Amino acid sequence: MTSLPNESRQSPGNEVWVFIEQRNSKAADVGFELLSKGHKLARAMGGPLKSIVIGSGMTELANETFQYGADESIVVDHEALKYYRTIPYGRILTELVRQHSPRIVLFGATTVGRDLAPRVASATKSGMTADCTDLQISDITYLRRDYKRILLQIRPAFGGNIIATIITPDNPIQMATVREGVMEMHKIDGHVHGKITRVPYQRDELDDLVTIIEQHREESKVNLKGASIIVSGGYGLGTKENFRLIHELAHVIGGEVAGSRAAVDAGFVPPERQVGQTGVTVRPKLYIAVGISGAIQHRAGMQESNKIIAINTDPDAPIFSISHYGIVGDAMEVIPRLVEAYKFKLK
Amino acid sequence: MYKSVVLVKQVPDTANITGNVMQEDGTVNRAKLPAILNHEDRVAMEIALRVRDQYGGTVTAITMGPPRASDILRECLYMGADHACLVTDRKFAGADTLATSYVLSEAIKKIGDYDFIFAGRQAIDGDTAQVGPQTAEKLHVPQITYLEEIVSVSGKSVVAKRKIEGGYEVVRCSLPVLVTVIKDAAEPRPFKAKRVMAFKGARSLLEIEKLVDGNPLLSVEALVHEYESRSLLIETLTMDDLHLDPARCGVHGSPTKVYKVESVVLSSGDHEHIEPTRAGISRLVDKLFEDHILG
Repeated sequence: MTSLPNESRQSPGNEVWVFIEQRNSKAADVGFELLSKGHKLARAMGGPLKSIVIGSGMTELANETFQYGADESIVVDHEALKYYRTIPYGRILTELVRQHSPRIVLFGATTVGRDLAPRVASATKSGMTADCTDLQISDITYLRRDYKRILLQIRPAFGGNIIATIITPDNPIQMATVREGVMEMHKIDGHVHGKITRVPYQRDELDDLVTIIEQHREESKVNLKGASIIVSGGYGLGTKENFRLIHELAHVIGGEVAGSRAAVDAGFVPPERQVGQTGVTVRPKLYIAVGISGAIQHRAGMQESNKIIAINTDPDAPIFSISHYGIVGDAMEVIPRLVEAYKFKLK
Repeated sequence: MYKSVVLVKQVPDTANITGNVMQEDGTVNRAKLPAILNHEDRVAMEIALRVRDQYGGTVTAITMGPPRASDILRECLYMGADHACLVTDRKFAGADTLATSYVLSEAIKKIGDYDFIFAGRQAIDGDTAQVGPQTAEKLHVPQITYLEEIVSVSGKSVVAKRKIEGGYEVVRCSLPVLVTVIKDAAEPRPFKAKRVMAFKGARSLLEIEKLVDGNPLLSVEALVHEYESRSLLIETLTMDDLHLDPARCGVHGSPTKVYKVESVVLSSGDHEHIEPTRAGISRLVDKLFEDHILG
């Protein structure tokens, strides 16, 4: 019903776009991370990579996107756009997408990206997949038909019991969000140039349906992404009281405290310290997972750590399958011994 | 007086997956999972009820789902909803967020005027957080996502606090508006025994039809009339009731497709076993120092 024979379909575009989120005129890291990934996707698609920059005083930021692989930056620059607001940003992006029909549009899975992307996807009837942990371009056969250069959007689903690959085969436009830190950022060496295309801002009376009265933002003091040692606790610790052991171990060995989603949901650890698909993705030198069973969503956020130690009472916990060292035992006994052994070693 | 619509979803309790739910081929047997009211939608119900309690008005809970989704609508009635509406049709099956938001937005239009549409930020089975904004777009209303608190409502506008990275922002927005709420926005109220007694008999049209099925002494029409007069009728809307475009519903209206599903089967990896004894742990720490991982 929706699928027409291959020949008669309008051939889809080949452009890859990345929405660059800015806060106080500074780009959020996730935009550059997505450009680095988008660069590879655009090569595979045989099309250009474009950064979409909306804000106020954006020239410098637009130039910065070329260092991460953008061939062109589409810039909508106006004072009225200094702060992100759903309606003007959504309207502008919807118009751009309709005009240029990009094949792929990527957004950071932030409070901005997750507010904006579905709105634009709805207006342009695009496919939309949230929180992808990997993106690939591939030729595929789906329902006995061959498709060239399809975007595979890979994400854990259903409580982490499955990994789903989502495609948008018969729709010209697909959008996806990716969490900050999931893709690696690569700056291109040397002098890079790109083209800036300016699109004028035209005010619409609906733009001001929402006005920002106050905005309060603190630079996060938590820097999990940059930490070289992370001690992470899970629901298996049982109580917030027991979770104090995680803090103690982290303090002694100079690491950051983190937790699984279950630990965050149980209130053991604040959300900004959540590691996993819906939290932060980390690649530290050492990751110690305590009382974490190791659901796929959690592993997605830490499996590229250099060394992983798992401590769990359940010898069959999936976390052991990706760890380098496994300790089957009670955290309440194991952690004090770790602390003791470390202190002894330092003497 | 403010009219609120609350979008709720019945979800499999993915947090409590036990042995018999995982099948031998490693896939999930959805039918064996308990079906629950998505927690953040329950929080959305609570926020809607608080607006009603403070400023007056009505609260209508809507869900799109299979017939058994009436269970969560009854829960909304127990919490305090004034009306409940089940949007159901076999042709809605397999809908992604785009198709779902189309059906929901048409159902909301059918129900009539509203000042607020509340919904949970996301549902635990997909975690997409897309249906809220997509429904808002289709209704051409503004949206406030990640709501932490309704600060005040006056006339045709609301002041609300929403969560952003590293902080919050306070926005003023004209009504009507679609609002998605986060878990911490409110603690949902428990059911009142009186309301449970009053509404446990609430039934959707499909449930009434099932009751009548094969019993010549009962008539659907008469029963519907009776349930309605006792405020126990869960309004039921199908594709025909909503005059929907079939090409935009269910599988046909969903641009995204599941290409491949891999169950997560883990082999026990070749990690090194460390004894949980003092000696075992000391040796591990020694090794980490040697490898310059620690120290």
